[in-house]
This record gives sequence, structure tokens and C-alpha cells, in this order.
Amino acid sequence: MSFRRVLALLLRQFYLLRGSPARIVPLFAWVAIDIVLWGFITRYLNSVSNARFNFVPTMLGAVLLWDFMARVMQGITTAFLEDVWSRNFLNLFASPLSVSEYLSGLVLSSIASSLIGLAVMVGLATLVFGLSFLVYGALLAAFLLVLFLFGISLGIFGSALVLRFGPAAEWFIWPIPAFISPLACVFYPLAVLPHWMQWLARLIPPSYVFEGMRGVLEHHAHSLGSLAVGSALALLYLILMARAFTGVYRHAVRTGLIARYSAETVS
Amino acid sequence: MSHNATPSAGSLLTVSRLRKHYGETVAVDGVSFSVGAHEIVGLLGPNGAGKTTTINMILGVLEPTSGTIVIDGCDLGRRRRQALSRTNFAAVYAPLPGNLTVAQNLRVFGMLYAVPALHERMEAVLTEFDLLRFRNTKCGVLSSGEQTRVALAKAMLNQPRLLLLDEPTASLDPAIAREIRAAIQEFAARAQVGVLWTSHNMIEVSEVCHRVLFLSHGRILLEGDPRALPGEHNHETLEDLFVTVAREPLTIQHAEED
Repeated sequence: MSFRRVLALLLRQFYLLRGSPARIVPLFAWVAIDIVLWGFITRYLNSVSNARFNFVPTMLGAVLLWDFMARVMQGITTAFLEDVWSRNFLNLFASPLSVSEYLSGLVLSSIASSLIGLAVMVGLATLVFGLSFLVYGALLAAFLLVLFLFGISLGIFGSALVLRFGPAAEWFIWPIPAFISPLACVFYPLAVLPHWMQWLARLIPPSYVFEGMRGVLEHHAHSLGSLAVGSALALLYLILMARAFTGVYRHAVRTGLIARYSAETVS
Repeated sequence: MSHNATPSAGSLLTVSRLRKHYGETVAVDGVSFSVGAHEIVGLLGPNGAGKTTTINMILGVLEPTSGTIVIDGCDLGRRRRQALSRTNFAAVYAPLPGNLTVAQNLRVFGMLYAVPALHERMEAVLTEFDLLRFRNTKCGVLSSGEQTRVALAKAMLNQPRLLLLDEPTASLDPAIAREIRAAIQEFAARAQVGVLWTSHNMIEVSEVCHRVLFLSHGRILLEGDPRALPGEHNHETLEDLFVTVAREPLTIQHAEED
């Protein structure tokens, strides 16, 4: 793998961002709105409930972590869609660039863009709404890692969908986080789900993160074994999705889809 | 007519028994040819003859059903990266991203092709294709002729051993087209490079190409010197011969078999 080629894709993304406020603002605007909205909701809930329960770390923290995962996913898919929109596949894949280098470039772009969103969310949540990350302890790093890996997997999955079914399949990408959110147990414990949904939720790595987060906040304890399962699942999805993308790419090369993304016709 | 090509010491491109079919439809049917150093070979044929399919296979973006492609000694199927690092292309249907400037595009693609001393090389191609004043202009706002020049600058950036040009002068005015032809001819004469060139402009092909291959229905019907070929087949011009190949390929095929 050539780091220079991976860096070229990151540089391309940097050039696009630098020259376009329309690309910069969405990196933080929607997540900032989410944090403000849920910040006030949690304040209100804290004021109307006389329980010892603090909604800020539970709900606002959950929103922040979930938005981080969604931003990681979108970081991958928007970098990929830039190539779809600019009909750039023929130029890219007729170069010495390999699929693994291409995916690494998308991941690097996503790290850069999602860190901007994360920084804005953390700033708002801590400064305006008093969310302290100390309450999660060292497990916060593990939570972020699992969500990061799963966000990457979802982004690669969405990109593979578009590569396979064409630019119109872009509309499959955006609802992916919403589609899986009921099973991720972002705001409620796994136990409230029907039995069959609990089984499905156990296949979704974020459910281990949010269960873990609630465990830390409510009982000051969390099963590291459970988080290890979540991490292993996230890693497994990442490998599977990378292989799926490679498979779709090979199919596109076999059938001429890559060429047709740029060329009007294939003789 | 047999067109078998085996890799030879001087060949920068050797295509052997290349075939591509989509289900029952055969797009390219056992094509073999080679391109040598300093040679400009024209790939001619009517729309749907298999030119772009052949070029896409040589570019590694379309997998052949069978056959081999060897670029500068590297088998494309087995050593894709090495083969493609020695290749580059320009095609009217593959403009560079319009949302990046000329310099940004050249830098990104220069890094993808691992061009050494990239800054100096960028300056050289910007100068060669008269693009210095457009350095910081987004490619999307350039005229089609200027975009073609940018695509050619990118195609020359890595000083390829094999250059694929799919109708490179299609959107250029005659004066610019002449300059571009001269630049490519000079590049082919100066460097150890082979050029595969498709065009529907037969005057241009006669002027530029050392050899032409006529494709029809995925097969090579004719091969030869574009200046001598029309006379050999009782036609006055290359364009007349092209029209016959496009409309009555069987006439040519039978004549060749006889």
C-alpha cells in the first residue's frame, strides 16, 4: 500500500473543503443543532423529574456518541459520493490506485471530517450543558472506538450500495443510521425490546456501547466482556464490508460499470 | 486475416486474443495487436466497433473475458499497479473533476501516479499545454478545449510509456488541435513512448498515425499505413475506406480472406 496515494485522496478532500463553505458547514451544523436540541430537552427533563437521575450524561451523551458514529459514516460516504458526482471513477481506477488504498483514503478523510464534528459537539455539550466526560471514565475511548469502527463499516456498506446500484442509490445511504437506531438502544435499555428484537440488537455493536454507557452511569460498573464482544463485532463488520466493497468493485470491473460511471456508452 | 501479437522487446503494448462479451453480445472478439516505442497507432472504427471497450480493458477498468494485455513488459492481469503506473490516458468522456482547480487536479493525480519531483513536472506540463494562466481556475469553468488540454496535461504528467488517447482533439478548434497533435507527436518522438489513438477525423489520423487498425464488430478488419491503406483497397482517401468499413465490413473481410 502506498501512503502517498492514500494521502492524495485526503488532499483532494481537503481541497474540496477549503474551497467550499457548503461542504464545511454540514460538518458541524447538524450535530451542533442536535446537541442544542437535546441539551434543552435533557435540562427540561431534569427540571420536571424529581428523581436522582441525571438525564444529561445519559441522553445528551448518547446523542453525542450516536451523532459521532453517523458523522463517521457520512465522512466515508460523502468522500465517496464526491467521486460519483464528479464522474471521477475512470480517472481514479485507471491509475495505479488499489481498492484498499481508495478505502484507506476514504477512512482518512472521514477521520478528519468527523473529528471536526466531534470537537464541536464536545465543546457545546460541556460548555453549554455541563456534560462531563469524566463520568464515563476510561471506557469512553473504547465506546468511541467501537462506534468509529462501525461507522466506517456503515460508510463502506453505503458506498458499495451506490457503486453496485448506481448514483440513484445515494438515497439508500442517508437513512441507514435511522434504520438501525431502534436496535442500537441509544436511548433505552436492551431489556425494553421484544425478545426477538433483543437478538437482533445483540448483532449491532452500538447496542453494547449504549448498554455499557448506561451501566457505567447507573451502576458504576460495566462488563468488559460485553464491550469486547461489541468491539469484535465492529471489527468483523469492518472486514466484511471491506470485502463486500472489493467484491462489488470487481463486479463493476467485470461488467463495465466502472467505465460506464464516466463514459456515456460502452461500445 | 490473422492478427496475433506476442510480446516483443520493442513493444510497449501487446494485446493478445483479447475478447469481451456481455452475455450473448460480443463487444471485442479476439483482438491482437501491439504498439512499439515512438509509434502512434490509430484505433479506428464506427461507433460500437469496440474501440472504447478495448481501451477500457487496457486501462484496467474493464476485465477481459479472455486474452492478455502486456504493458511495457508487465502483464496487466497479474501486475496491475506496475502496468498502470506506466500508462496514462485522456478521453473526452473522462474530464478531471470540475470542482478542483487545474493545479489541484494535477497535484492529486501526480501523487496517485507517484510522479517524482512533482512540482517541477507540473510546471512543465502547465507550460507545455499553455495552462499557466489557468493554474488556479476550477476545471469545471474552463471551455471544453481548455479541459481537453488539462486532461492531456494529466495524461503526460507521469511521462507514461503507453499513452491512450480517445478522441483527444474532438472538442478543440483547428488551431489548438494542430498544436496538440504536434505536442503529442513530439512527445512520442522524444520519449520511449507508444501511443494508441482513436479518432473519427481521418485527416488527423493520416497526419499523425504511423499505423492504423480498423475495428468492426469487435474484430480487426484491416491494419496498415494510413497513407498506403486506401490505395491498397481501391479507395481514394482514408475516410472513404472508413465509410466502407462502417457500412460494408463484409466486403473488406472477404477481400482480406481472398
